[in-house]
Amino acid sequence: MGESIFEGTLTRWLKKPGDTVKRDEPLFEISTDKIDSEIPAPASGTLQQILVQEGQTVEINTVVGIIGDGSVVKETSPTSATSVTAAPRATTPEPTATPPPAVSGEEEESAAPGHVSPIVRRLAREHGIDLTELAGKGTGINGRITKNDLLAFIEQRSTAPASADVERVPMSAMRKSISEHMVLSLRTSAHVTTFFEVDCSSILTAREALKSDFERAGTKLTVTPFFVLAAVRALKRFPILNASVEGDTIVYKKTINVGIAVNVEGGLIVPIIKDAGEKNIQQLSEAINDLGERARSKRLTPEEVKGGTFSVTNPGQFGAVIGTPIINQPQVAILCMGGIKKRAVVVDDAIVARPMIMLALSFDHRIIDGATADQFMADIQKQLESWS
Amino acid sequence: MALTTYVEAIRQGIWEEMERDESVFVLGEDVGIYGGAFKVTDGMLDRFGESRVVDTPISESGIVGAAIGAALMGMRPVAEMQFADFISCGFDQITNFAAKCRYRWNAPVPMVIRGPSGGGVHGGPFHSQNPEMYFVHTPGLKVVCPATAYDAKGLIKAAIRDNDPVLFFEHKFLYRRIKEELPSEDFTVPIGKAVIRRKGRDISVITYGAMVYIALDAAKQLEKEGIELEVLDLRSLLPYDREAVLETAKKTSKVILLHEDTRIGGFAGELAALISEEAFDYLDGPIRRITAPDTPVPYSPPLEEFFLPKVSDVTRVARELHAY
Repeated sequence: MGESIFEGTLTRWLKKPGDTVKRDEPLFEISTDKIDSEIPAPASGTLQQILVQEGQTVEINTVVGIIGDGSVVKETSPTSATSVTAAPRATTPEPTATPPPAVSGEEEESAAPGHVSPIVRRLAREHGIDLTELAGKGTGINGRITKNDLLAFIEQRSTAPASADVERVPMSAMRKSISEHMVLSLRTSAHVTTFFEVDCSSILTAREALKSDFERAGTKLTVTPFFVLAAVRALKRFPILNASVEGDTIVYKKTINVGIAVNVEGGLIVPIIKDAGEKNIQQLSEAINDLGERARSKRLTPEEVKGGTFSVTNPGQFGAVIGTPIINQPQVAILCMGGIKKRAVVVDDAIVARPMIMLALSFDHRIIDGATADQFMADIQKQLESWS
Repeated sequence: MALTTYVEAIRQGIWEEMERDESVFVLGEDVGIYGGAFKVTDGMLDRFGESRVVDTPISESGIVGAAIGAALMGMRPVAEMQFADFISCGFDQITNFAAKCRYRWNAPVPMVIRGPSGGGVHGGPFHSQNPEMYFVHTPGLKVVCPATAYDAKGLIKAAIRDNDPVLFFEHKFLYRRIKEELPSEDFTVPIGKAVIRRKGRDISVITYGAMVYIALDAAKQLEKEGIELEVLDLRSLLPYDREAVLETAKKTSKVILLHEDTRIGGFAGELAALISEEAFDYLDGPIRRITAPDTPVPYSPPLEEFFLPKVSDVTRVARELHAY
């Protein structure tokens, strides 16, 4: 999987052989590590044959099935998936059990360059221009991209002063997907971030006590599982943070699936600890280590990046004091861990050195108010400072 | 130096060819004593005598038949149709006989049939038509439609020297309205070569005959709006200058095809087909036609004005195409 744009996994057929399909009706689902998408049928007819089975990963342009139309046989290939991959606006942007209501077909149209005249198509091909870059910028009738628009674009591109001392690199599929998703999230949620300071003395003591046992069991114990466990417990008490928004409806998730942001080459990926609410510190620790390692070696399955209900990110590992993360849609909150550092703090009127951490919570103010978010964070703080 | 009118240019061209080559002669209704209804053959009877300036009965089919026979016998007849509309009386002999002689026997028919065509002079349905397309559709013929005095003279001389039957459609509206200084030395204009009358960046107007001036006037108006028309004057319709048509279409990517002839089966259809076949990948808008509607030419002056393509038609279509 990884960031390759050359292949995808067919995760689910939505039709069986023999089923009647209508053009643009969802036909199957594909997944790459960052993009999951329903692929609409390219033609109406009968699904005659399935050539790629669920779970199979194939290169783009592979024929995955055949839709028959009387005597005419039409192949349906992930060519459509390819174009979807190239234009992530048209896709469901993030792993989720309940895809946003956006219909891929409609969105594809808004991102499309519209009617393209023969010379515009030819010039775009000759100059390697993705016409979606000019979408909405046409000066012709109904915003059509004219030959002059394209020539001006080519001219501007070639005379841009930066052309000599910059390098232009097209985004990878993963980069595009992240890019789209970040903007989508900022546009979707009313982001607010609240900050808490936590004394880590208790959890570091607990970690020292457990470390050797864990190591004997083959698991390296980091501090992260403590924070995840504290968050999970707090989520049970404040279920609004384990919810999502669908139109005017708040959807409470009964299961707690915690996504852990993992930095990988060329981007980031958020594998999911499934049923984190049912796991103890050891199980969480094992899950976090396992997912992180497989994320970095690109061995995650599509299922393992789907269905998160809450996320944890840890920029502290890179030295950050704290950050203000962007919510992973369609979730409504994300916990951010700063770095643990000994700081001078006042305890009982004495200045003492304590291992301190900054925590931040970005939450969606559409459904979560500041008081609730702060109570949630105070709950976590209290658990961590009195760990036993 | 004196300005020469379009009609005088034709007269000079025929005159010079008659001086140059004894086998050239003219025939037609009233071409002798009267000097032609439009005075194209004025003075020729006195200069060349009645064996080379032949007044005929009112029979276009007789004129055409005699001309073909003379051409087959080695003469170079220039037959006048008093109005080009009546060329249809000789249609069978032109299309079934003259046009096929070279193909069947390699027998040249060095004949010119010329006459005034076109509207704008309130001539009504029998004296205003543009019959060129009947003959453009007939392999074996050549068809020319000059727009300027220079081309009229150069093309009539080239037509007379050509060994195939050439139909030479003059535009009567231009006869005395168009004048220019002509070179004193002998010159011809090659049949089958178009010419750019005005260079422009945005839209090509491909046209011929009197419509060249409509296009040029429209170009002048649109220039003030920042829309540059390129005007291509075809001059010859058969054969026509495919390279010039494709070159201007590829250059501007937007094309208006303009002619005074009616729409269905008009030359614009051929040009549109050629451009879409050979220059499709260069187009940035629909190929637009501006033509007369598919009706007979009305006699009523307001109706005739409505019927003929106008400058305002070209500016309107050009603005639409520019905005496309």
